[in-house]
Amino acid sequence: MTDNTRTAPLRRTPLHDVHVKAGARMVPFGGWEMPVQYTGIIEEHRAVRRAVGLFDISHMGEFEIEGPAALATVQRLATNDASSLAVGQVQYTLLCYPDGGIVDDLTLYRLGDARFMLTVNAANIDKDWTWVTERGGGASGWRNVSDETALLAVQGPRAEGLVHRLADCDVTRVAYYHFLRGTIAGVPALISRTGYTGEDGFELYVPGSRAEALWYALLDAGRADGIQPVGLGARDTLRLEMKFALYGNDIDQTTNPLEAGLGWVVRPAKGDFIGRSAIEAVRAQGLTRKLAGFEMVEPSVPRHGYRLLDNGAPVGVVTSGSFGPAVERYIGMGYVPAALAAVGSELQVEIRGKPQPARVVRTPFYPSRVKKA
Amino acid sequence: MSNVPADLRYTREHEWARVEGDRARIGITAFAQEQLGDVVFVELPKVGARVTAMQGFGVVESVKAVSDLFAPLSGEVVEVNDDLAKKPETVNADPYGQGWMIVIRCADLRELDALMSAADYEKLIAAAGH
Repeated sequence: MTDNTRTAPLRRTPLHDVHVKAGARMVPFGGWEMPVQYTGIIEEHRAVRRAVGLFDISHMGEFEIEGPAALATVQRLATNDASSLAVGQVQYTLLCYPDGGIVDDLTLYRLGDARFMLTVNAANIDKDWTWVTERGGGASGWRNVSDETALLAVQGPRAEGLVHRLADCDVTRVAYYHFLRGTIAGVPALISRTGYTGEDGFELYVPGSRAEALWYALLDAGRADGIQPVGLGARDTLRLEMKFALYGNDIDQTTNPLEAGLGWVVRPAKGDFIGRSAIEAVRAQGLTRKLAGFEMVEPSVPRHGYRLLDNGAPVGVVTSGSFGPAVERYIGMGYVPAALAAVGSELQVEIRGKPQPARVVRTPFYPSRVKKA
Repeated sequence: MSNVPADLRYTREHEWARVEGDRARIGITAFAQEQLGDVVFVELPKVGARVTAMQGFGVVESVKAVSDLFAPLSGEVVEVNDDLAKKPETVNADPYGQGWMIVIRCADLRELDALMSAADYEKLIAAAGH
């Protein structure tokens, strides 16, 4: 069956040719041609946990909003309380539909008293841009800077030392979920202590034209640290070990923040926002299902789309699953009936028609090593 | 650069067979393991099971993919590589050696005629752009 849905060519980040030259396997992801691996997913995953890994995540989108209505607009659109952000601070937040389903998950940066940046998922850039400009009370004040912004992530226990050596400022003072502006290897950057791996590290927002220079500078300076370029394959296994949601897998327009375990970024007391009443109604009624992390009892690989069973009865579906290279277990997550979401609950994952035993476990599967105060 | 041992026979589905008397040792090729990526799980039949040429006898899973295994030859499984349960990555590291999967007692060695020589298999994977 031919797929005529994609006639537009895949988009490329400024580092596309760099990846090809490095021998990366390139695959389509959310409309982009991205490196899924360079040497191998497991090796790259372990390099991040043991040393430091370098990711090209320039495909992600960045929107800025500025002006006297900026804070009010962001407060109306997103679930978390942006008024609590200091300039130089970041928060994880959600855009929701009126029925409480999720438009996207994102990080929100306070660049100034009346200036914010939203970093959104690559696959949702167009959808989110339409959403914020139409639902945010008008298009004025919004700028889509995705096309000119490159984003590199440096993650792992040796990330701080490496970035600090190349920085013109003291990055060791940047607290988790904070940022500052400086230069890294002479490249002007917004240096953000954030990430999607559970390791300490930074995400570096730089002009697209400077991305290649920064990439090679980091690889060069990090050689003695054991730095490796890391593709989307290991990015996925790393976030899975942390039970971080992936939009499109674990959260989407059919899931609400509470059942996804994201109630901590929903702040109804801050004032009204799109989806607030629907989410509060869910809170009042109680959850019927919850996103739970589980591990397989016997070696077997749970995957997105596989059915979850409770003594043979279908009760849910795996939203994400794989082998966790650092925990060395087969792990996954999926929505289960609320009664089955407690740690220790036993269930089965249907793999090739056979129920394979699994149990709900405490998450994250791997301990977080981000640098909290 | 190709890694296609001359003494083996090959299927179009990237399995290899090494004839050992009336038996055949079976695995997947270097090309196959490279295409798959890091192998994390191998599902194999038990000793005593029967396999049929060009029908599925198991599954090999990588982080990103699930792939059926097709028997090059028909016969009865007489040995299974249990090491792969603990170290599935051996398939990547040594696909023609320690990464072997099953040994069968062949039902009909004339089935070898239907398999590709190393030279033909090399042409197949070259055409795949490798």
